[in-house]
Parts: sequence; C-alpha cells; structure tokens
Amino acid sequence: MFKQLEGSQAVAEAVALCRPEVICAYPISPQTHIVEGVGALVKNGTLKDCEFINVESEFAAMSVAIGASAAGARAYTATASQGLLFMAEAVYNASGLGLPIVMTVANRALGAPINIWNDHSDSMSQRDCGWIQLFAETNQEALDLHIQAFRLAEQLSLPVMVCMDGYILTHAFERLDIPEQAQVDAFLPPYEPRQVLDPAEPVSIGAMVGPEAFMEVRYLAHAKQMQALDLIPQIAAEFRQVFGRDSGGLVQTYRTEDAETIVVALGSVLGTIKDTVDEMREAGVKIGVLGIKSFRPFPLAAVRAALQRAKRLVVIEKSLAVGIGGIVATDVRMAMSGSEVKGTTVIAGLGGRAITKASLHRTLAAALEDKLDRVSFMDLDTGMVERHLQREREKRRTGPIAEALLRDVGTVGARVV
Amino acid sequence: MTETTIKFYQTGTFTVGNRLLAPEQRTVQASMERTNSLNSGHRACQGCGEALGARYAIDAAMRITQRQLIAANATGCLEVFSTPYPETSWQIPWVHSLFGNTAAVATGIAAALKVKAAKGGNAATRVIAQGGDGGTTDIGFGCLSGMFERNDDVLYICYDNEAYMNTGVQRSSATPPTARTATTQAIGAHPGNTFGQGKNVPLIAMAHGIPYVATATVADLHDLEAKVERAMQFRGARYLHILVPCPLGWGAASQDTIKLARLAKETGLFPVFEAEYGEVVKVLPIRRRVPVEEYLKPQKRFAHLFGAKGDGPALARLQAIADANIRKFGLLAGDHAEHIPTPVQADERAARV
Amino acid sequence: MFQVRIHGRGGQGVVTAAEMLSLAAFREGRHAQAFPSFGSERTGAPVMAFARIDEREIRLREPIMTPDAVIVQDRTLLLQVDVFQGLGDRAFVLINSSHTVAELGLNELAARLPAGHLQLVPATQFAMAQLGRPLPGAAMIAAFAALTRLISLAAVQSAYRERFSGKVAEANAEVARLAHEHVQARLEEGVHV
Repeated sequence: MFKQLEGSQAVAEAVALCRPEVICAYPISPQTHIVEGVGALVKNGTLKDCEFINVESEFAAMSVAIGASAAGARAYTATASQGLLFMAEAVYNASGLGLPIVMTVANRALGAPINIWNDHSDSMSQRDCGWIQLFAETNQEALDLHIQAFRLAEQLSLPVMVCMDGYILTHAFERLDIPEQAQVDAFLPPYEPRQVLDPAEPVSIGAMVGPEAFMEVRYLAHAKQMQALDLIPQIAAEFRQVFGRDSGGLVQTYRTEDAETIVVALGSVLGTIKDTVDEMREAGVKIGVLGIKSFRPFPLAAVRAALQRAKRLVVIEKSLAVGIGGIVATDVRMAMSGSEVKGTTVIAGLGGRAITKASLHRTLAAALEDKLDRVSFMDLDTGMVERHLQREREKRRTGPIAEALLRDVGTVGARVV
Repeated sequence: MTETTIKFYQTGTFTVGNRLLAPEQRTVQASMERTNSLNSGHRACQGCGEALGARYAIDAAMRITQRQLIAANATGCLEVFSTPYPETSWQIPWVHSLFGNTAAVATGIAAALKVKAAKGGNAATRVIAQGGDGGTTDIGFGCLSGMFERNDDVLYICYDNEAYMNTGVQRSSATPPTARTATTQAIGAHPGNTFGQGKNVPLIAMAHGIPYVATATVADLHDLEAKVERAMQFRGARYLHILVPCPLGWGAASQDTIKLARLAKETGLFPVFEAEYGEVVKVLPIRRRVPVEEYLKPQKRFAHLFGAKGDGPALARLQAIADANIRKFGLLAGDHAEHIPTPVQADERAARV
Repeated sequence: MFQVRIHGRGGQGVVTAAEMLSLAAFREGRHAQAFPSFGSERTGAPVMAFARIDEREIRLREPIMTPDAVIVQDRTLLLQVDVFQGLGDRAFVLINSSHTVAELGLNELAARLPAGHLQLVPATQFAMAQLGRPLPGAAMIAAFAALTRLISLAAVQSAYRERFSGKVAEANAEVARLAHEHVQARLEEGVHV
C-alpha cells in the first residue's frame, strides 16, 4: 500500500512485518526514528510477540541481539557512526559466531571531529568484520532490503547490515510502497536456527579455537560470504516475484550499454548522479552509472562485467581511507585488475557536504578531459586548507583544528550550500 | 582405655555427603542425580575455587529449574578452562560471547525465551549469566547495571577471585587493598593494591533495588546452594557474588582453597549476607571470629605485610575494614545490621511481587 | 519537477510544513518528497526544509539550489539568511508578514518576478487566532496552494487532518482556509503589495 511517510518510519514498518522477536535499541542520530517507530509498534500492540529492550549502550544492543539470536529468536537492532564503533567488538563476535542478526546502519560520519551528517565512514570501518553489507539507493530499496536481509541472514547464518544514508534517506518524507503482511509471510518463513541454546540438546557456543583450526574457521566465514554472491541475486529475483519490483541484487547498471565513461557509487547519491547523467546524455556524452548494492561480499565479477567495455571509470565515494585514498575505489580497482580502463577516485560528500548536480557536472566534465587527479576531493575549499597549512607552518600553537577552520567558514546556516 | 573426646561436625555446613542427614537436607552435590553441569576433564588449576563454585552453583540451579537452564559466560578463567578446543565440559546449553557483555547477552537470551514461551504456551527456561570479577565489576559493569535497571529475568553470578587471573594476575576493582598483583606490585612506599579504591558490587546491586542480592563462599556449600535456590524463586534481576580463592593468584596452597574462603568470612573481611529489594534480610554469622592475619598469612599476595619489613599500619587498616563490616552488617551472632538505605526502585519492585 | 524551499526558525514547524506540502501532493496522486536541512537544530536558529513535487519518481537528493518557490515563515530571516539564493525569474515567493513589500524592502524582487508571484501572508496572525500558537505552516502551505494552484486547499486540509487530530487538526484546517482565501483575494484584485 502506498503511503507518504518518513524513510525511518517505513523501515520500522518493514522490520515489524518481518515478525522480529527481540529488538534492542540505543538512540543515536540519525537512526532514532527507526527504533522509536518499532518501539511504538510494539507498545501499541501492532507488533506482537516481540520484546523491545531499551539498552544502556550500543555495545549492549549488539550483545543483547547476540544472546537473543543464540537462543533462537529473530533479532534486530540499528545504529550509526560512533555507536557502530562502540559495538565493534560485538559486531565481530556476531559474525564470528554465525548469528543471523539484521542491523540498520543509518550511515553517518565518524568523529573526531564529531559530525552528525551523512557519509559512509561508519559502515566502511566494519567492512572486514564478516557481516554482509547492503547499500540502499532509495527509501523504497531500504525498506525492501530489510525484508530480504532477514531471509539472507537466516539462510546463510550470517548477520546482515543494511546501510542507508543518514538524514538524506532516513529523514526524507516520501511516497513508499509498504508491503502487506501476507506478502512478507510468504517470502520470509519463521527462523530455523542452525545452532541454538536448548536444554533438550545442550551445546557450547563460543569456544576458543586455537592455531590448529582457526584458519579453517575463518576460511569458512569467507566461503559463506562467497555463497552470498549467488544467494543475493536469487533472493532479489524472488522478491521481484512476490512484491513486483526490483530491489537489491549485487549491482545495478544505468545506461552503461554503450557508455565510454561509467560513474560508480553507492547509496542515495546514485539518484542525483542519474539525473546528472541524463542531462549529459542529452548533450551527447556516452556516460552511464554503476550502482553497487552489495558491498560485502564485493561482487568482483559483476562489477567487472559491468565496467569492462568502458574507457574511463569515475568512482565517487563518501568514504576515505586516510593515508591512501579511496575505499570503494580500491575494491573496484581489484575487480578491474589487468584491464586497460582509466580510473579516477573522487572523494565527495564527507560529513554531509551536499553533492549537487552542479558539482557533479563540473567533476564529470573534468573527468571527461582527463583533468582529474588520481584521487581528488570534490568541492574542496582549497583556500581554507592552504590557509590552515600556512598557519601551521608559521606557528606551533595553532589550537584545535576545527576552531581554526570554522573561523573561515563564516556564519553556519546562512547559505543553502 | 583412655577416653578421647571426638567432635563430630555431622550436620550442617561442613558436611557434604552426610548420610545421617535426611535426604531433603543434603546438598545437591551429595546426590547421585546431580547434573555435574561442569563435567570433569576441564583444565582448571589444582585447587581452583572457581571450578568448585561454578559446579556448586549450576548444579543447584539445574535442580531447582528441573534442568530448564541456559548459561551465558564471560571471557575468563572459567570460560577458558571449561572449553578447551575442541572439548567442552559443560553439560548444559552454554554461550560465550565477549568479556564485557555477559549480562547483556543474558538479557537477550531471557527476552528470546520469553517470546518463545508466550508463543508456545509453556514456561520459560531460566537464564544464568556468569563471570569473574574482572568481567563483572570492571569491563562488564555497564551491561550489568543496565540489566539490573531493567530488572531483566537473569541471575548473574560473579565468581570473585579478586584479580584478572587468566591473563596473569592483574589487579581489578575487586582486588583488596595491599594485595600484590602484577599491576600492583609489592614494591615502593605503598606495596600492593592501594587503599581507597575498589567497588562493593553487592551493595551497588542492592542500590538498583533488584529483588535478590547475596554473597557466598565456596566454604559453605549448604549456604551457597540455598542461595542459588532462593535466587531462582524470584523473577527479575538477581545477583550472587561468590568468593572463590585462586591458589595461583593468591599464592596459596591448593589444598587451602576452602579454608581460605572460610577464613575470609570468619575475619569479617568478606561479609556473607542476603538482601531483598535493597535491604539486608539475613546474615551468615561469624562462628569463631579470627584476626585478619590468620586469613592473610597463608597467602603470598600479602607476604609483604609480614616479617621484618612488615607493614603494621596496613594490617591495622585491614583489621579496621573487617571491624567495620562486622559492625555494619551485624556479623556476630545476635547483632543486627545497621540500616542500609533502600532505593526507591526497590520499594516499587517489591510492591509488584 | 517543482521545487520548494521553506525558510524558518527552529520551533516554527518548518519541517512539518514541508511534510504537509508533500502529503497534500501525495494525496492528489503525485510523487513528492520533503526533507529538512539537517542543520544543528535549536529553537530560534535558522532552518530550511525542502519539498519536491513531480509526476514521476524523484531521484534527486541535493538541497534545493534553484527553487521554483520560496516560502519564508519568519521575515526576520530576510536580514540574516540569503533566502532568495538561486531563485529563478519566474519563481513564486511567499513571506509570512503583515507588512507591505515596500516596508520589507522587496520592491526590486517584486519587480523582477511576474505580477502576483510575490505574496505576503499574515500567517502568524491567522495561526495565533485559531491555534493560539505562532505556527504559520498551514497558512503558508495553503497560501502556496492558492498562489501556484499546484495543490488544492482540500488536499492541504486533508493532510493536516491526517497528521493531527481533534481541535488542532480543525484549527489548522481553518488557518489554511483563511490564508488560501487571503491570497486568492489578492490575486483577484491584482494586488501584490
């Protein structure tokens, strides 16, 4: 049924339709509306047979989910940014133990400096933890992916992180198709655990594994993610059959068939990129877009297949590997290793810096003329940066960096962008 | 023939398998039907108080819950020696997650079981969380407090051997003053652990107003089992703090474990009591009071207090702590505990019962 | 695609206004998206909210750089924020004020825009009278409806009735009606000062 509602609220309704049994919540912007939404659904009786627990930290949130999942319950939580870091130990624990927990990460920048706005640094920091990572392009896809996530997680016995851009998606109020309970029930059967704490059949979960078997245990975790490369498209196909639309999958291509230049990105920025690409196409530029939906496992073959006929790649990412450059770009490069294609990395949108069509036009025009550096920062205020480096050269006590830079920014909120 | 007076401690705490006791008065350990939840073959040190305490407590819990029990375990000695890959000595469903999250993991298990029970129409399996002092009083403290505050239906058992033993005897907030550990060495002007630090987690548990808090030692088996049974009669958050001497970490003889546990109580250094909804309701009185030296001397971690370079003032301060405990809790038979203020939540939770 | 940018101060219901606008458009069968400016929010600080309306799915996710309409819920922002940044020459402007265009120093803007495109609405007055609180959102959105005819008054009222209940819903619906009437009257008279 079509409703006009906030992205977070839609996710809350989608999660509720999946009949979760234990939900644990700790507030952090910008995910709060999601857990508030599910909390209300439990409290008003809409979501039955579900324990909603207000935990005392994100570390507790993931830990409660671990306990619940180990005891055979379908468990869910949500976090962002600092919260994801705070639970990092438990995040690794969950995947190491093979518990099919589903978690929303409302992508937000990591501090310091503290920043509540969107970028992908939080989920990128956990890209090697063994969780499956899916990135939603739209709010429709975000709510759909949660339904697919429970299926995927439980089939594989592996936890799944659904990443959606904080504020940009979570706080956007728009027209969304909320599925019917009957559809979700048809798609998502009750949870059948591979391992469970059961007095009738006692097992010990979480034993120490030494050098004699650790390599094998870790290989199996990797192998399971590789299985996801087949399962994700299968589940997306089945989703299409039951719900009538495309959502998820490994990658999505847009106007790439004859593209000489392909822009690669994750998440909500893909929408703005597609609008920009349409305008460039009208001007005769042979340009297309590759959206990566599954970041872990990284679909090397699918990415290569989509990009191999292009002459030029522009990876636009909201993440930065400090000291080396791009994160997504590095994985894309691995997919393209051995090919002749020219690639450039554009770091953009960090800490919520808006990525506009105008900026994209400028950036892509420069890319078409091969004028972009191997790694560049979109809309970087080079003057501000240079001024600060000069300050540092001139004196020792330059004070906190944020303060020094913000003097140059002027009145925050006085401009649109 | 000369007469020799023989004293028999035939009944009560000191006797484990006394066949003169009526069956219902015997300990769980005395029964062939005990589950032996922590089976033999684990790798604990000779004389390990924690292995003893865990077996005592879990077997008692298994009896009272008719084997409907799941345990969550913190990282630490118990977890390590009970599950040496590829074996496990646990005969119950058991999960180990991390060092600091055991209370939260148990919360999650309890929540899952509650939902399953509601769906299936049967009574929920009970949940125990267990860990050492490090995992409870330090790194696990946040999750523990959260579990208490929500009054989740979990019994948390802390096996307190007063330091991080598994990693090589480092100081925790449960380490007593003057004790030598690897991070509070017996050197310098104030050898051993400092005075004025540490936390009294049983009292903090009481301040959360939870239904049941108790302390116990491995020296009093009847008492410990009775407390586990009492704890399982309540619903909501419960806390049991068991003193478990560690021969290696304490520098004591492996056969002295039970004796040292008894002496800790008899000196007054470790008050043994029960509290319900924030109020002390029962105390295990000191049978035969002894000065702290008797307890401290057999432990090398206190060796620097004695001998030629001994620390008289420090000993006096330790004695003062023992004296204060005796006074506050009314540990001598016939005494009454001083009033410990009850938190508001305790009244509310008691009223709900 | 029609793009609306709403300026106001924290606590004035700027985000709600954008959402109500989008909800009204949704009820009339369109795609519409509303989102806030995600600034550090506190009561009284300048905030923005955006709304996009289109016949088909909206993919664009940037702040509104070239608005087709600007709504200013608090006229004191005119001194503080560049509320007209990116405004096109055929755009609509609605300002919550009981003053005149001349008094607000907006003669140049009025001259630049087509006749009638700049409207001043005493929204706070209407809100205080009906709601008892200075929340001008319903008035501004209804005024927008009258001015642009992109959405109907009925859709606006129905949106407020869906989000709120009882007296508050009805009060907002009445505020909307008054503001809608106010702008319609002005347009009929050909008055825009």
